[in-house]
Amino acid sequence: MVGLAATFGSGAMTNSINDFDDADLFLVTGSNTTAQHPLIGSRIINAVKRGAKLLLIDPREIPLAEFADLHLRQNIGTDVAVLNGIMNIIIEEELYDKEFVETRTEGFEQLKEIVRKYPPHVVEKISGVASRDLKKAANMYAKADKAMLAYAMGITQHTTGVDNVKSCANLAMLTGHLGRPATGVNPLRGQSNVQGACDMGGLPNVYSGYQPVIDAAAKKKFEDAWGVAALDDKVGLTITDMMIAAQKGELKALFVMGENPLMSDPDTSHIEQALSNLDFLVVQDMFLSETAVKADVVLPAASFAEKEGTYTNTERRVQLSGKAISPPGEARPDWRIICELSTLAGYPMNYSSPADIMKEINAVTPSYAGITHERLAGGYGLQWPCPNVEHPGTPVLHKDKFSKGLGTFLPCEFKPVAEMPDEEYDFMLTTGRIYYHYHTGTMTRRISILEREAPEALLEIHPDDAKKMGIRNNDVVEVTSRRGAVRLKAEITKRVPQSVVFSTFHFHEAPINLLTNSAYDPVAKIPEYKGCAVKIRRCV
Amino acid sequence: MTRTRTVCPFCGCGCSFYLLSERDRVTGIEPSPSNPVNKGMLCVKGWNAHEFIHSPERLTKPLIRKHGEQVESTWDEALKLVADRLLDIKKQFGPRALAFLASAKVTNEENYLFMKMARATFGTNNVDHCARL
Ligand code: SF4
Repeated sequence: MVGLAATFGSGAMTNSINDFDDADLFLVTGSNTTAQHPLIGSRIINAVKRGAKLLLIDPREIPLAEFADLHLRQNIGTDVAVLNGIMNIIIEEELYDKEFVETRTEGFEQLKEIVRKYPPHVVEKISGVASRDLKKAANMYAKADKAMLAYAMGITQHTTGVDNVKSCANLAMLTGHLGRPATGVNPLRGQSNVQGACDMGGLPNVYSGYQPVIDAAAKKKFEDAWGVAALDDKVGLTITDMMIAAQKGELKALFVMGENPLMSDPDTSHIEQALSNLDFLVVQDMFLSETAVKADVVLPAASFAEKEGTYTNTERRVQLSGKAISPPGEARPDWRIICELSTLAGYPMNYSSPADIMKEINAVTPSYAGITHERLAGGYGLQWPCPNVEHPGTPVLHKDKFSKGLGTFLPCEFKPVAEMPDEEYDFMLTTGRIYYHYHTGTMTRRISILEREAPEALLEIHPDDAKKMGIRNNDVVEVTSRRGAVRLKAEITKRVPQSVVFSTFHFHEAPINLLTNSAYDPVAKIPEYKGCAVKIRRCV
Repeated sequence: MTRTRTVCPFCGCGCSFYLLSERDRVTGIEPSPSNPVNKGMLCVKGWNAHEFIHSPERLTKPLIRKHGEQVESTWDEALKLVADRLLDIKKQFGPRALAFLASAKVTNEENYLFMKMARATFGTNNVDHCARL
């Protein structure tokens, strides 16, 4: 969420899920919403049925396309060009919100400079989107009263992910679709507590509440609160850099809590090498995941139903979840395991309950200061920032000013996908999720009804491509990239454009991340899952 | 039968539902009718979220690798081993030779403690999570 933080000073969804009921227009890009966020997807569909407009920017014919007033199917990885093209038209035709730009933003001249280079005919060449569609899109978005822009990993999982996000933010600021109900820039977070893991400082550069580790005052504050002499004042390694350091032998030990990087991360064979190269690997999980199989020690963890605690959803709403049953066998809640381990390692942690831990979070994290278990138990959650126990929470961010004061236009130039198809690897592979499964499938693949509906990985391929290669529905094909090969069944469908194939990473039988490129965005360090070059052959 | 209000463990919508349980078994799910996020609805994943909880494949004991095999152990042995090995490596190679991956699936309280452990107990800022996904 680095892109949004740079633009607005805060990196979360600016508006709320309930706002989806009131918007006049949705611009949805890089989000297969009905699959990844079904309940938000259905709100969009209901709003469209009552008259709201839907503008979709996505290379695939995703289910939402059926409801779209306009669907731009750009070439993979050309998002910045398309968004610049739309802004070019908005500025050219003076459709932008002059008052908002003048009073709330800075850097408009720089934006104009860059965007000028992206007139519709240039963008059409890069992205394959017709000029007249770009013009229509620009008019629709700029002229709407309340327009909500929503995106997901189709925007962030590129080597240009941060640029994509900044471009979305530029567009919303240019048109003044920010700081009011049913507007805003809304990243839809993929997992139940991604937002919370970030908020709590599960990042190499910040403590909880995004307080930077390189800030002397923040460091001092946490040293005092935690009673330690000297905290590390240098930014740590991102997951991508951890894997590189492990391969080089500089990283010796890795402790993984509730994650499965061996399935979820790109270029799996490199990750496997990196993990094997460690002296010591600990995995704490509910299941013996692909990663846990490699571990020196595996610690059995409780599921969500077996412990108490809070989760923060994509709209910054912190909700309390209760304990229904006890964990199986000797499994324990993660927080208890951490307390014991830390105590054994010489730093005692004596918390009596998650509510007790939350008190410490309240004390050191300004945006969570007023979010206590007591308050949460009586209601339906609180949206941060919530600076004190009287505060009702914040459904809309950046109302009168941005977290950082003025919003900054950070214009970006278009850069192509790091690994473009060539003569040998002539297809572009893009990856995503399907409705019936979740992430690496450790949980959903153990649910029978979901397995029944979607028991195996499929490779989506366009009918014309399939015909050329003599591939029929359900034929087994081999997909090969410069990093590995995977076999799976073909599904012939016009959901994908020609020369593009699509699959998911839910299935360990067809670990699609063996193929994906670990080339990553230089700032956010998010790998390019959404585009890499592959070749395809039918297996006989 | 007991009803316990929980949050769906899957996507970032954060739908809320009640787990119905009897004698330490979850028997069903009932969406929260008044929660502003899902207003009584759930998707197919949420409706079936309880099933994996009782999967026979759940881990029930710590495992330790001995002579190449992962074998069951006690908590005391496993935790002692983890603490000793991490402290050893820290002593020999410095705190930056250790790294910690937090989780987008566990609670806020747990993620907070986890990053506190990385930073305060073991002295490293090498903490990240897989949600760059
Ligand atoms: S019920 Fe479906 S939409 Fe709601 S949080 Fe769970 S997975 Fe997401």
